[in-house]
Amino acid sequence: MTLTIQRTPFNFLHKQSGARLVEFAGWEMPVQFESVMAEHRAVRERAGVFDISHMGQVWVTGVGARATLQNLVTNDVSTLPVQRGLYALLCRDDGHVIDDLYIYCLEEERFLVIVNASRASVDIAWMSERLGPETQMMEQPQPAALAVQGPAAPGLIGLLSKEALLLSKNGVADLSLLDMEIVVARTGYTGEDGFELFGPAGHLFPVYEFLMKKGTSAGLVNCGLGARDTLRLEMGYRLYGHELDEDHSALESGLGWAVKLAKPSFIGRDALLKEKAAGSRQRLIGFRLKDRGVPREKCEIHFGGKPVGMVTSGTFSPSLGIGIGMAYVDNALMPKATETASPLTIQIHGRAVPAEIVPLPFYRKREV
Amino acid sequence: MDPKDLRFTKSHEWIAPDGTVGISDHAQHEITDVVFVELPKTGRAVKAEEACAVVESVKAAFDIYAPVAGTIVATNEEGAKNPGLLNKSPYGEGWLYKIQMTTPADRES
Repeated sequence: MTLTIQRTPFNFLHKQSGARLVEFAGWEMPVQFESVMAEHRAVRERAGVFDISHMGQVWVTGVGARATLQNLVTNDVSTLPVQRGLYALLCRDDGHVIDDLYIYCLEEERFLVIVNASRASVDIAWMSERLGPETQMMEQPQPAALAVQGPAAPGLIGLLSKEALLLSKNGVADLSLLDMEIVVARTGYTGEDGFELFGPAGHLFPVYEFLMKKGTSAGLVNCGLGARDTLRLEMGYRLYGHELDEDHSALESGLGWAVKLAKPSFIGRDALLKEKAAGSRQRLIGFRLKDRGVPREKCEIHFGGKPVGMVTSGTFSPSLGIGIGMAYVDNALMPKATETASPLTIQIHGRAVPAEIVPLPFYRKREV
Repeated sequence: MDPKDLRFTKSHEWIAPDGTVGISDHAQHEITDVVFVELPKTGRAVKAEEACAVVESVKAAFDIYAPVAGTIVATNEEGAKNPGLLNKSPYGEGWLYKIQMTTPADRES
């Protein structure tokens, strides 16, 4: 654990390009380059590149790697094919969420696990104490990562690797880009088609320079954490520290689809089975405002005039032009069966703004 | 409005001789894309440096302080409907509200 602020390998370039930098999870990261709205639109309409080098990259390898991961996470790693990625949750024994992560199976005995920057040290400590036999764990040396997202992303990545275009959604492979070995995954956190590239800094650097040089004409722009947040929120993707935390269980977060209770065992299974039978204390909802305003984290949510929960993330949706957010509500105070029976309001600066529950994602891409 | 006719507060509001109030070009640039404006009700009496409007970007909400004490006599409803005007025209169409000063001397404070 270090107290000094960490910088990604691309940090000095962000500074040169005039990005606004903020501290995020112990990292100095660009929050925006030009404007959150412009970057958001670029990703929805063309392409954006995000420096995601702050995310933890952990290699889990060995004969026992698959079994170790299968025991650690909620989703089913036993059936994860080689060259595929899987979203999963890391839970405590009580089913509460330590982190959400992506597991990429590169080879039968070689997995790359991507974890949140804010949780990397906690995750690594938790996992290393629970490694099964014949399993090794190693952090990526000098980690760097880029996300290239948006409808123009395949065209750009195709200039670097034709094989990358053979990957389907959630596909992953070790590919050679500019003669450098890079893990290329067809995944992202924006709801758009796109790729995430992982590797040591020296391998990613030429790729970033190439994209900056060749991408501009295709409308590729640098994007910061601001747009990353509005894009993921429009998709209803959870963010650790907001929708996910150790105060809430995997089921409360509404991610039951990534919790495979049929698995014979995994950490948190017993508690989650009990919760499933007894019912959850809270549930996560998505809402949109019916009036102008911007809901923010920690705004109270009222149902029939009484407080029933708290907003976990809120923003003005650039794609929809309205305020949207997610919130935890108490199941006893606001039963799901009657959630539309009374008016819902979000308390914003002392104003009760009418809202309605909407299914996630908030934003659906129009089929072309 | 010509910026040289305006008086600026330390918190980057401006006030015109006729009592029209807005945010500076620097402020709109710092806030970036304005997506929501909450204006005071006309008739409201405000103290100098009282927070009486809110300008929000995608990322954050910013309180806007009254440059002088007075009564709100008009608000920019067009700006509330179209918050981008604050970015496009901070000294023109992007004004916020008009205040009738309690004492003209307050302007010097």
